[in-house]
Amino acid sequence: MTIPDVNWTSIGTELILISTAVLVIFFDLVVKDKKKDSLGYLTVLGMLGALVFAMTDKEGTAIAFGGMITNDSFTQFLTVLIVGVAIIVTLMSMQSLREGSMDVGGYHTLVLLATVGMLLMVKGLDLIIIFLGLETLSIAIYVLAGYRKGAEQSAEAAFKYFLLGAFAAAFLLYGIALIYGATGTTRIEGIAQYIALKNLGTNPLLLLGVGLLLVGLGFKLALVPFHSWTPDVYEGAPTAITAFMAVGVKAAAFAAFVRIFGGALPLIAFQWKDVLWMLAVITMTVGNVVALSQTNIKRMLAYSSIAHAGYILVGIIAGGSVGWSAVLYYLGAYAFMNLGAFGIVVFYGYKQEANVEIADYAGLGFRYPFLGAAMAIFLFSLAGIPPLAGFMGKFYIFSAAIKSGYIWLTIIGVMNSLVSVFYYFRVTVIMYMKEPIKEVVLNYSLPITIVLIIALVGTIQMGIAPNFYLERALDSIKWLIG
Amino acid sequence: MLDLIWLVPFLPLCGVIINGLLGIRFPKRLTGTIGSLTVFGSFLVSCGAFYELIQLPAAERIREVILCQWIPSGDLVVNLGFLVDPLSMVMLLTVSGVSFLIHVYSIGYMHEDEGFRRYFVYLNLFVFFMLILVAANSFLLMFVGWEGVGLCSYLLIGFWYQRQAPADAGKKAFVVNRVGDYGFLLGMMLIFVTFGSLDFLKVFPLAHQYLPYGGITATMITLLLFVGACGKSAQFPLYVWLPDAMEGPTPVSALIHAATMVTAGVYMVARCNAFYVLAPLSLGVVAIIGVGTALYAATMGLTQFDIKRVLAYSTISQLGYMFLACGAGVFAAGIFHLMTHAFFKALLFLGAGSVMHALSGELDIRKMGGLRKQLPWTHSTFLIATLAIAGIAPLAGFFSKDAILWGAFQKDSWLWLVAAITALLTALYMFRAVFMAFYGKPRLDEHVAKHVHESPPVMILPLVVLAILSVVGGWIGIPPSLGGGEWFQEFLAPVFKSAAPVAVHHQAGGLSLVGLAQAAESLGHSEELSLEWALMGVSLGVAIVGISLAYYLYLKNPEAPGKIANSFKTLYWIIFNKYYMDEIYNAIFVQPIRRGSEWLWHSVDENVIDGTANGAGRLCTGLSAILKRLQTGYVQNYAIWMLVGTVLLMAYYFFR
Repeated sequence: MTIPDVNWTSIGTELILISTAVLVIFFDLVVKDKKKDSLGYLTVLGMLGALVFAMTDKEGTAIAFGGMITNDSFTQFLTVLIVGVAIIVTLMSMQSLREGSMDVGGYHTLVLLATVGMLLMVKGLDLIIIFLGLETLSIAIYVLAGYRKGAEQSAEAAFKYFLLGAFAAAFLLYGIALIYGATGTTRIEGIAQYIALKNLGTNPLLLLGVGLLLVGLGFKLALVPFHSWTPDVYEGAPTAITAFMAVGVKAAAFAAFVRIFGGALPLIAFQWKDVLWMLAVITMTVGNVVALSQTNIKRMLAYSSIAHAGYILVGIIAGGSVGWSAVLYYLGAYAFMNLGAFGIVVFYGYKQEANVEIADYAGLGFRYPFLGAAMAIFLFSLAGIPPLAGFMGKFYIFSAAIKSGYIWLTIIGVMNSLVSVFYYFRVTVIMYMKEPIKEVVLNYSLPITIVLIIALVGTIQMGIAPNFYLERALDSIKWLIG
Repeated sequence: MLDLIWLVPFLPLCGVIINGLLGIRFPKRLTGTIGSLTVFGSFLVSCGAFYELIQLPAAERIREVILCQWIPSGDLVVNLGFLVDPLSMVMLLTVSGVSFLIHVYSIGYMHEDEGFRRYFVYLNLFVFFMLILVAANSFLLMFVGWEGVGLCSYLLIGFWYQRQAPADAGKKAFVVNRVGDYGFLLGMMLIFVTFGSLDFLKVFPLAHQYLPYGGITATMITLLLFVGACGKSAQFPLYVWLPDAMEGPTPVSALIHAATMVTAGVYMVARCNAFYVLAPLSLGVVAIIGVGTALYAATMGLTQFDIKRVLAYSTISQLGYMFLACGAGVFAAGIFHLMTHAFFKALLFLGAGSVMHALSGELDIRKMGGLRKQLPWTHSTFLIATLAIAGIAPLAGFFSKDAILWGAFQKDSWLWLVAAITALLTALYMFRAVFMAFYGKPRLDEHVAKHVHESPPVMILPLVVLAILSVVGGWIGIPPSLGGGEWFQEFLAPVFKSAAPVAVHHQAGGLSLVGLAQAAESLGHSEELSLEWALMGVSLGVAIVGISLAYYLYLKNPEAPGKIANSFKTLYWIIFNKYYMDEIYNAIFVQPIRRGSEWLWHSVDENVIDGTANGAGRLCTGLSAILKRLQTGYVQNYAIWMLVGTVLLMAYYFFR
């Protein structure tokens, strides 16, 4: 056995994040309690460094560590997305960290490490690396979900997530093992080649493995019926972490999904596409329908995120350059609008998350016109109202589905999107048409303002000038098209 | 500067953003200055671009400046960009220049209004959309501007929305315009279906390849586009909104409903000249609607007593002239008249605004009279504009109107005859207004008379500038028969090059009054020249007759008009009541639609649609309540669900 070449630049982004994490732990010991904000800024600084590094061209490191990881344009796109999400999450956390009693240093460290896990999932060219990334991020997130000290809900969320996550990880690992058994490799490319070589289209061992893999990833993506943890955990976790789960974890898991199903298993697509079709339909429907009767805004957004995962699945089923690029485009649009909405929930939620019932939002539109308008824009975008990001995202996804002949899937998707309008608009109606039921005093701080402005600009820009993002999305999925 | 053409619409948008989002605490003076300066910036950039454009040889004066790809969607690729050519250049200069003057005027006119900032935000937004409209490089972007100016028009007509009349007028303008917009949209779709593109530079050069001469497609496209033009440019039968639009602030009437927006239809027809020349039927329709509207609106202008309404009907009439020019194939003359009209009509409206300002908002010319001495500046500038619109040489209106009349004569002498009669009426009703307002005995209300005062310099200055333009504005298009170079027409020639041969080809078509047109064609050069002079003499003559008639009727014998009205009582009442057009529309369209809608509302909507929607809603919430119960909160239940899900999934996977 030979030791493969170690190419440090190929994991530079991760190294920067890990070193930042170490620095944060160290500074946490020396910085006074009052100045804990600086830890947040340090974290953001490190992430910005990682972002810049990720954006630079890394010619020659396309494949590294003996083919275990890659820095192709797909990796680059998602790395920028995920690090960007992490920056916004950190910024929005600073608000609640200031008000709450959470341990600041540990919090930022865990966010950094979770980000590293996500990045590994994105760049892994080997099922083992992907699994490693998944576990790295999961453990960090389990802890973060329970980070609200003294809040029973939070502890409950963490524990539930941990138990079920372990359960799901077993499925995933078993699936990987079965695939290894069928093909003799865990490499993405190797699996594809072996399937082509031996014509394994109906091999039960392989199919079983793929099914279990689907269950494992479906858990992280909160696809129905593997979603039941989502509302409880999203509600219990600190809101910023909920946002991180809803956007960052999902982006990473979808990236791995695309990598595996698009890269390793395209030849047996006829086998898994039917299953995905079913999953997409029930995920969209259950997510949207149950969201209708939610009274807690975090739970509502949890179900909404389930529904959005369903829409993204539609893009994956459609496939082809239009479908794959639509998936990436949607992930970006979803990140902006969802982070914006969660940012407002964090901000408005206030100390110890006192205002997270939808009824608490009554009168927000008048007392805080900017906040109200921003929330309305995010919700409209989530509902898919033009000319916002969510509309273009849905437009690309559904037009890809039509192009690939999935007419019924599109009809069901559009009907679902119609249902979703109700619960998104209800919040807007309450914000603008109901008298406030309690007094909420908010103080804008720099980090939260930055979060809202970035999210707003992104949500509007992606709707009006989608081309910038679409071109990059198209560029990143070239390897899938061949 | 040509590459910076995007700055032209962008600057007024900056004004919108600065005043609209940040300007809550700005003093009025600052708001007004920002609004005016941004438009002035646009004007300067336009001038720079114009200077650069005329440096180029004539054949290269068509430039497309693409900013980015806007919509890449399957077969439809739309680039966001601007088309800089002589035609759009003329429009850019006219729009930004006149807009700037009217912005300055508005600082004085609106200074006491509560909604000062809102006013300037809307006005700047209007300029932004108008500049987008005229500089657009594709039908789609043009449509964005088209709809945008419609929106701003709606907002500004209903600017004083607290009162019923402006709110209704705004709504009427919007609804009537929708009819036209519908035509425009259909035309645009037909163009896309035919050519697979909406870019001007892709579509127009291919027009003669794709559209056979006189073919059905060309006729359909051009007629549909003309429906749009009729709505926006207030031509028969879609003109009814413009008189009511006078409910808005007067500078708005000057800018939007006289000088710029209402000319968008003319611009659009001229822009699409490559299509129109392929559809002789459409050209005929355009010419007849144009000249018909011109005459029709002029008769109504004769009977109105509200000074702004007189001007409104005059605007409709003059727009009819422009369409006549387009229909006659002399597009350049139409654009020429568009430009000169922008100067003198804006001036007339601003003058009327200045009179209103002096008379505490009085609009009825029966309650004016003798204002000449108290409002010297307003009077002299108003008089210049009136002379210009009446077509007295050597003011701007003479040359542009004469170019149209000559073009109309070459197409068909009947058209010329109607246009000449209209010219007589124009001189008559315009001088009627002048004489009744500024001359004779004062008939003012007592409390008004005490406060009569000339307007402040900030309002007078734009009047003076526009007056100068109304005098000299026509000199750039003096025809060769008068020793001029027709520089304006020559400048526009590259845009209308496809129109030139066809116009000649068809000048002999149609009926002829006394065979003059055929005669003209067969005449030699010198005879043609003398014919042209003769026609000029006639048009100058009718203008003078009109003025004299007005002098006789409204100054010498003020009782005479009443007598005439009495002896033609029925006719007078029909015209005075605007041919009962509003009532007819109300009976034919509005009421049946309303009754139909009410029926649909009560029977179909409330029962069928609401029933279905509410039923679907109830189904969803019911389902939601059931599914919610599955969310027990027990982690062991969740694990079981996952397991059940996995088993079902596997079962479906293997046994489907």
